Amino acid sequence: MLRPVLTTLTALALAMPAAAERILVQSTTSTANSGLYDHILPIFTDETGITVNVVAVGTGQAIKNARNCDGDVLLVHAKPAEEKFVADGRGVARADLMYNDFIIVGPGADPAGVKGMEDVQGALTKIAETKALFASRGDESGTHKKERALWAETGIDPTGASGGWYRETGSGMGATLNAAQGMAAYAMTDRATWLSFANKGDFEILVQGDADMFNQYGIILVNPEVCANVKAEAGQSFIDWLLSDAGQGAIAGYTLGGEQLFFPNAGD
Amino acid sequence: MSDLSEAVSLALTLVLTFDSDLIEIVALSLRVSLSAVLLACLIGLPLGAFLAITRFPGRGVALTFLNALMGLPPVVVGLIVYLHLSRAGPLGFLGLLYTPAAMIIAQTILITPIVAALSRQVLEDLHLEYADQFRSFALTRAQTMRALIWDARYSLLTVALAGFGRAVAEVGAVMIVGGNIDHLTRVMTTAIALETSRGELALAMALGVVLMVLALGVNAAVHGVRATAARQAHA
Repeated sequence: MLRPVLTTLTALALAMPAAAERILVQSTTSTANSGLYDHILPIFTDETGITVNVVAVGTGQAIKNARNCDGDVLLVHAKPAEEKFVADGRGVARADLMYNDFIIVGPGADPAGVKGMEDVQGALTKIAETKALFASRGDESGTHKKERALWAETGIDPTGASGGWYRETGSGMGATLNAAQGMAAYAMTDRATWLSFANKGDFEILVQGDADMFNQYGIILVNPEVCANVKAEAGQSFIDWLLSDAGQGAIAGYTLGGEQLFFPNAGD
Repeated sequence: MSDLSEAVSLALTLVLTFDSDLIEIVALSLRVSLSAVLLACLIGLPLGAFLAITRFPGRGVALTFLNALMGLPPVVVGLIVYLHLSRAGPLGFLGLLYTPAAMIIAQTILITPIVAALSRQVLEDLHLEYADQFRSFALTRAQTMRALIWDARYSLLTVALAGFGRAVAEVGAVMIVGGNIDHLTRVMTTAIALETSRGELALAMALGVVLMVLALGVNAAVHGVRATAARQAHA
C-alpha cells in the first residue's frame, strides 16, 4: 500500500525541472507586491545565471523562516530585529539596501481632520481622540512594529480600543488596505505598496513627510555555519550585486506612474 | 456588478490569449491537486475498504475520529507540514519545502481523510448488500476489499471528486508550504490571494472564474467517463 505512494512521490519529485543555481530569498511583502522584484531580478539573472526565488511574507515571518534555515537571503525592514538576527549568529552581516517612507492613508472625507499633517504623532493622537477607525496590521510585520513604535511615542495605547476604533486585521499590507477601504478606516503603509495598490477608491495620502516615517530596508546572508544548506556563494553574489552600482541603479530605475518607489542607500 | 463583468471579460481575455503565466499556474494547480487526489485514493480507498468490512474494538471511536479529520483546517495542515519539512524540522534534509512536492504532500494529508471516510460509508453500505455472497465464495479480506472497490468504482469517482474539489480550492496549506513562488510554486488560489492583496480585485476575480471553470471541466470529464462506461456496461 505504501510502495505506490512512495513511487508516485519520487516520480513527482524527479519530474521537477533540474534547476541551475537557485537561491531563496525570504522577503517582506512590499518589495514583491510593488513589482520591484519583477523589475530587478531578471537583470540579475541575466548577468549571473542565478535564479532568485522569493517567498514574500511579513518581516516577522520572514525572519522566523530564515531562523529555521528556510532561505539563503533575508530582505526585510525592521532594523532592530535584523540586528538581533545577526547578533544571534543566524545571519552573517546586515547591510543597508534602500529606503522609502511610511505614510498614513485614509478616506478623503478625513473624519479626524489629519489631512496635510506632517507630524505623525500629532496625527495619530487626533485619530485616537476622535475615535476614528484605524486599521492596524497586527501581524508583527515590519510595518506593524513601526506603527507600534509610533503609538508608543504618543503615549497612547491603542490596543485598549482593539475591536473598537482600533482594528487589528492580523493580515498583510494589501489585505489590511482592502479592509481599511471597506471600513473607511485610516491605515499606515509603506509608500511603495500604496503606489502599486490598485483598489484605492476615494482613499488618499493624508499624512507624510515626518522624519520618523523613514523606512529602511536591510539585507542579510543567512549564516552558512549555522545552516549548512545555505548557498553562501550564490546568496552573497546576489547581495554584492544589489549593493553594487549596477544593483543600486536597478532599484532606483524602478518607477510606477513616473514615481520612484525605492531609494538605494547602500554604503551611506 | 461592473466589477464582476470586468472580471468575466478579463478572464475571457486571459484564456483566449493563452496567457503563458496563466497556463503555467493552471497546469501546476492541476498537477498538484490531481497528484494529491491520486495519492489520497491510493491510501484512502484501501483504508476505507478495510474499515468498511472489519469489526474491531474501538472502531466507533476510529470512525468518529476519521470523520472529524474531514474538517482539518488547511492552514493547520500547512503548518504541520511546514514544521516537518523546514530545514529545522525532522524531514528538513529532504529539501522539499517550497517545492510542488511539499504542496502535494500537504493536500494529500488534507484530503485522504475525506476519501477514506466517504469511501468507508459507500463500501460499508455495499458490503451489507453482498455480505452473504462474499461469505459463500469464501473470499479473503483482501479479495473482498478489492471486489467492493471495483463494484463501487463509479460512486468512488464522486468521492475522488469531492477530494479534488477540496484540494484545488484550498489556499491555506499551499501558501505556507509552497511559498507562492513565481514560476515555481504559484497555483490558482495563491495567485488569487496575491492579486487580492495587490488590490487588483478584478484580476483576482477573473482568476477565480477560471478556477471555477477548471473545476467544472474536471467534473464534466469524470461525468463523461462514467456515462460512457455505464453505457458500455449495459450494451
